[in-house]
Amino acid sequence: MIHVERRSVKVVAALAMAFAVAAGGWISANAADADEDIWPALQKDLFGDRAVVEDPAAVVLEAPYRAEDAALVPLVVRIPAAVASSVKKLSLVIDKNPAPLVADFTFGPAAGKGERTLETRVRVDMYSNVRAIVETEDGTLHMATKFVKAAGGCSAPALKDTDAALADAGKMQIKLLADGGGQREAQLKIRHPQYSGLQLNQATGYYIPAKFLRVIDVQRGGDRVFRMEGGISLSENPNIRFTYAGGSDETLKVVAEDTDGRTFTGTAAPKGS
Amino acid sequence: MSGNDGRMLDRRMAIRLSAAAALVAGLFRTGTAWSETPAPDAPFATEIAPGVYAHKGHVALYNPGNEGDISNASFVVGRDSVAVIDTGGSARVGAHLHQAIRSVTQLPIRYVINTHMHPDHVFGNAAFEADQPAFVAHHKMARGLSARAERYIAVNKEAIGEEAFAGTKIVLPTLPVQETMKLDLGDREIVLEPQKTAHTDNDLIVRDSRTGTAFLGDLLFSEHVPTLDGSIVGWAAVLDTLSATPAQRVVPGHGPPSMAWPDAAKPIRHYIQILTDEIRVLLKDDRTLTDAVAVVGRSEKDAWQLFDDYHARNVSAAFAELEWE
Repeated sequence: MIHVERRSVKVVAALAMAFAVAAGGWISANAADADEDIWPALQKDLFGDRAVVEDPAAVVLEAPYRAEDAALVPLVVRIPAAVASSVKKLSLVIDKNPAPLVADFTFGPAAGKGERTLETRVRVDMYSNVRAIVETEDGTLHMATKFVKAAGGCSAPALKDTDAALADAGKMQIKLLADGGGQREAQLKIRHPQYSGLQLNQATGYYIPAKFLRVIDVQRGGDRVFRMEGGISLSENPNIRFTYAGGSDETLKVVAEDTDGRTFTGTAAPKGS
Repeated sequence: MSGNDGRMLDRRMAIRLSAAAALVAGLFRTGTAWSETPAPDAPFATEIAPGVYAHKGHVALYNPGNEGDISNASFVVGRDSVAVIDTGGSARVGAHLHQAIRSVTQLPIRYVINTHMHPDHVFGNAAFEADQPAFVAHHKMARGLSARAERYIAVNKEAIGEEAFAGTKIVLPTLPVQETMKLDLGDREIVLEPQKTAHTDNDLIVRDSRTGTAFLGDLLFSEHVPTLDGSIVGWAAVLDTLSATPAQRVVPGHGPPSMAWPDAAKPIRHYIQILTDEIRVLLKDDRTLTDAVAVVGRSEKDAWQLFDDYHARNVSAAFAELEWE
């Protein structure tokens, strides 16, 4: 019996392999339209007629092939030092998400010239290609792509404790991580439920309105590290780990704004400075 | 968000929502359900104490072979009426439970109590609507279930099939429990104790005073690896408090229908502590979520069934909580 079922899964897998985890209502599922390539249309929407070229020498994307939690999928973007100083902008895109553009990160002078890394967590709504696209100063677009198996990240509430999430919105932690003398590294965490607008309240029949961080601006000593403009695909309690350049003023300042127009600020400085 | 995003959201939302149901092909990952199927003539529920009956669900994911019968369900018979505690993962399982009750008593079913919002514990509620009971749950349960209802239905219907799922629907609580309260089944007191966020943010403990039986829902897992959908710190605290509270026996949400207390809490409490301790060490070293999912709690692998299905997800959830300490 088990053998039969296992065989049948292979047949099913050819069309749509899936698993669901019942107790938490968690699922990962392959899209029935997984083979539908929507990237050409998406590329046109996001970048017009400009060429976007796969370029592992310019950008590397790390993502889990199978995400354990579709609402909390870690992504790491690495931009080699040779390219980093000429990179103006990084875009994260999840082809099949309701809002495919996760975020744009526009870099400033304090982003530094060494290897640039940026790590964050995203929601993945169905099996999809995930893309990191960097724009260099000459206006060319370089891309890294990874396929991620995860589903349900946008519509399923990741909120484990609804009251705590609302009460703490805007609370911010900035941690300066150990640095090896070259690029600095820091981790930014901001409490925010990041309501996607796709979560249905069965009792009222209405969707819970979208409410999310629209802008996160990070500066070191008054110089910009990056300015993020983001949407609903950034996970609840946004978490960004990033590299930046040292300077005479090592204070990091973060200003974030959500879709309600509320702003949240935080600063961090090295001990003893 | 740019204008592009807004447009895409509109254009694609309908596809996305309707697709959710169609996307999940089913559950074929474990054979546990079959190996643990009781003999066909075994009673659905066992009398674990005078007037207290408990059914052991399969230790498995939802799959066509178990029709959603993957959690424990119980009932208590008083002088005047019956209280049901959890109803199984589909209307069909709820109907089996209903039959089991009717094989024991014809007394009215006055209360259907859900220990928390998860579908494997509440989807059988539909089978009891005709009895017009009060549907009883933690006061936060309706909100939690409502927010997840659409997805729970889509996923689990797909997992067990249309036929086995027939009649299953969301039946929300009609009697929300804010603080400890009592129900009377006629010379038999049922005590309801809502908990702070632990397994979920809406866990409710049910006690039968006459026999000292505590129905712990998914605050207690046995055999089946725990699943974290609330707070790992909160769960540890609730278990510690509970362990200091005597009970003649307890009924876990998953595992044997009756267990000795507080010994039954030891494995799950250990699992929770291992995860918490190992994640805290990683956080101290500024390690990442990805690192944690790869290494944390691996020593527990052989102690639990369904480990590969839930463990990494538990680590991910616990990490996202503990990194804010």
